[in-house]
Amino acid sequence: MAAIVNLSRRDFLKGTGAATALVIGANVLPGALMREAHAQATEAQPNLFVKIANDGKVTITCSRVEMGQGVRTGIPMMLADELEADWNRVAIWQAPGDADKYDPAGKDGQNTDGSRSTRHHLDVMRELGAGARYTLEMAAAQKWGVNIQDVYAKHHRIYNSRNGQSFDYGELVDVAAGINIPAGEAAPKLRLKDKSQWKYIGKDMPVVDNYDMSTGGANYGADISIPGMKIAVIARSPVYRGKVRSFDAREALKVQGVEKVVEIPALADDKPAEFRALGGIAVIGTNTWSVLEGRRKLKISWDLGPNRVHSSRTYDNKLRKSARKGGAVVRNRGDFDRAVKGAAKVVEKEYFVPYFIHTPMEPPAAIVDANVRPVKVWASTQSPNECRQYVAEALGVEKADVECWTTLLGGGFGRKSKPDFACEAAILSKMTGSPVRVQWTREDEIQNGYYHTVSAHVMKAGLDSRGKVVAWKHSGSWPSILGLWNPQQKTGFGIEYGLGMVDVGYDNVPNIRIENGEADIHIRVGWYRSVNNIQHAYAQNCFAYELAAAAGRDPLEMLLEMIGDADNMDLAKDGVKEYWNYGDPVEDWPVMPVRLSNVLKTVAQKAGYGKKLPKGHGLGLAVHRSFHSYVATAVHVVVHDDGTFSIPQVDTAIDCGRYVNPEGIRKQIEGAAIYGNSIARWGRITTKRGAVEQSNFHDYPITRISDAPLNVRVHIVEDFVNLRPCGVGEPGVPPYTPALINAIYEATGKRIYELPIGDKIKV
Amino acid sequence: MISLKVNGVSRQFNGDPKMPLLWYLRDELGLTGSKFGCGTGLCGACTVHVDGAAVRGCITSVQMAANKDVTTIEGLDPNGNHPVQRAWREVNVPQCGYCQSGQIMSAAALLRQNPDPSDKQIIDGMAGNICRCGTYQRIFAAVRKAAEEV
Repeated sequence: MAAIVNLSRRDFLKGTGAATALVIGANVLPGALMREAHAQATEAQPNLFVKIANDGKVTITCSRVEMGQGVRTGIPMMLADELEADWNRVAIWQAPGDADKYDPAGKDGQNTDGSRSTRHHLDVMRELGAGARYTLEMAAAQKWGVNIQDVYAKHHRIYNSRNGQSFDYGELVDVAAGINIPAGEAAPKLRLKDKSQWKYIGKDMPVVDNYDMSTGGANYGADISIPGMKIAVIARSPVYRGKVRSFDAREALKVQGVEKVVEIPALADDKPAEFRALGGIAVIGTNTWSVLEGRRKLKISWDLGPNRVHSSRTYDNKLRKSARKGGAVVRNRGDFDRAVKGAAKVVEKEYFVPYFIHTPMEPPAAIVDANVRPVKVWASTQSPNECRQYVAEALGVEKADVECWTTLLGGGFGRKSKPDFACEAAILSKMTGSPVRVQWTREDEIQNGYYHTVSAHVMKAGLDSRGKVVAWKHSGSWPSILGLWNPQQKTGFGIEYGLGMVDVGYDNVPNIRIENGEADIHIRVGWYRSVNNIQHAYAQNCFAYELAAAAGRDPLEMLLEMIGDADNMDLAKDGVKEYWNYGDPVEDWPVMPVRLSNVLKTVAQKAGYGKKLPKGHGLGLAVHRSFHSYVATAVHVVVHDDGTFSIPQVDTAIDCGRYVNPEGIRKQIEGAAIYGNSIARWGRITTKRGAVEQSNFHDYPITRISDAPLNVRVHIVEDFVNLRPCGVGEPGVPPYTPALINAIYEATGKRIYELPIGDKIKV
Repeated sequence: MISLKVNGVSRQFNGDPKMPLLWYLRDELGLTGSKFGCGTGLCGACTVHVDGAAVRGCITSVQMAANKDVTTIEGLDPNGNHPVQRAWREVNVPQCGYCQSGQIMSAAALLRQNPDPSDKQIIDGMAGNICRCGTYQRIFAAVRKAAEEV
């Protein structure tokens, strides 16, 4: 429980024009999952505010970054509901990066990824709203000279239940600002509304930025300009950690508008990449076109370094071999080897998923003025605190001397958790003495990114004589995200295992073994929407379908049998060490097979599973738990004679526990189908002699309206709605690809063991 | 010296005539509603109107717009209430919003040319604009809705 503090008269608000406002903050008390820094801050800074002005306008702080997931709407809805605020009188203030002030849940330092904003904020935002409401009730009671029990809040007014009189919130601000909320033992027990009284939570709400976004008024990274600012683009090594041997800038400097060409030194060999600037040649000038032209005219000789051995043609085969060999056993239930020996039928198949890159519509951009204190950063970053940390390191200053303001993000998908681009702007600003905006192009984004890992999977299973799955093995190999911190990393690690691999929900299979083979790192591997869940859900669900065919059984019936309906699957019993449960305790968010089978049954029923379909049509299913949510998807595909295909309908059932904005969920799941469609049909990054071969949307296509499913039906499953909130931004993606591929199998009998599918099915 | 009109205002441009309209609008005029997505005419985030027709600002030079009327998202309607913009809000289309200026400009040009498009004409007309968040289902619905009003 957060301690609620009335900040209206605090010194630090002086000069902010807040003197005539009621300002409520919260101290997070120990007991919530604390980071070290928080635990040490015994005099905790009040860390989140709601401000009510004397005209009644309510300003709610949003400390999470908006990238299309609707967080600037969803988080304030939680607070506004408890405050009984009129949504039409609510404004949102976007907090800068300051985890000591603006991370009310104390769980993730404002890093907006991992689909965790709702689950980490519902409780604390409600408490803040209730605290503000309590203060207004106290003020009204004082004005009327009645007991607080005799007043109540409703739609931006406090009512006197004895005589029916009322005050608008604005009329109470002067008195409320002076009310001292007792702390510690004496702290008031805040009354939270019963859920039957919720006016916003659980109800559809359009996003707060709709008007700006439909009129060109919304500001993203590159839309920020400050006086004296220069614009820079950077030529980076085509191969990871290559270095400039020499360069010739004479022609570049002749371009009108180009002012300077400077080298960002290559990152020292002993420093891992993490989120640091890797170096390159920067062209700096007065407008973007000039510096782009200048960059085209640079002549650079690169020392490509050891990663030039990285060619997909050979690397992918090594990865397949590694998966066949297996390695570290990361989950072991029963005795797979013995069970498979005794099986009536054994099936083994291999699956392969290439690298992907994020391609948010907005390429990364950051503006830094490194020549003032505090250093000022404006960036389209998902993680403003890590941005401060890495910018500080790049400049050799303290994190406390760096401010980071976030803009709207034109898509994030995990790319913008990594603030390397802000580090580049910081270094250039320091070198040139001017504020600098670094603009990435699409080619930069595709060729110098943080790639979703390539992976190979060997699946093997044994069926008994009645066609029941008695043994399941999954062996996967991929270059790990940990390579960002340890370039010598050979295996995956707990987080990657936790992303839908060790927690595979086939709880009724008595013998399960999951292994991880080795792989070398030659590129920046990073996280991408849904992360390793994508390949895990693909391999698992498609292999389960394969097993159903081998057993001559219906896949839905078989999947339901494999999953069962237990209300808890204890991975510790299967030898999973320190299971990573999306950073949260399994006691609070257990792995619940019953919720998997429930969404699967729901989606099958909604999609009309079992109906006879015309020739060339197929309905495929897949189900997966990720980010604590349970999602099942049914894709209806029509495969035409020439191998092209269309998708007349997609049904997705999601059980995300308690939810806030159902309209937001529908949008995320509609978008997840399209995101999944890009993965399934087009996603493939390859390398040749260390360099990424793709460069823009012509050779790295993204689903367009012309190949998109346009009839995605979202079914929000309410059966577990009283359990804790779960993720929504990512969990819709993983089941889409296997559902589509299973549908293609149903339509054509063709299995697809390697992504992407491409524009045609080769029948 | 190149003369052109941008959102009804006469402008003179002295720089490199090959400069794409997108960078002229964003860097020189501060009209940041048109977005940079690919630089090669593949994504449509920079879509503006030149004499009423949708063009990709990133591959249309200022020279090509000489003596013409350029309309950006900022100039589509004085109050942001073009039927397409209203439909966009009613259908609650945007997620991150970054591609939406270009989507709206493409849709407005499409409906000006063809006020009563078939489903296929909507899809063909909007296929040049990528939305990475995947709002196509709502884009389709919003264009359909706007078509009822124009």
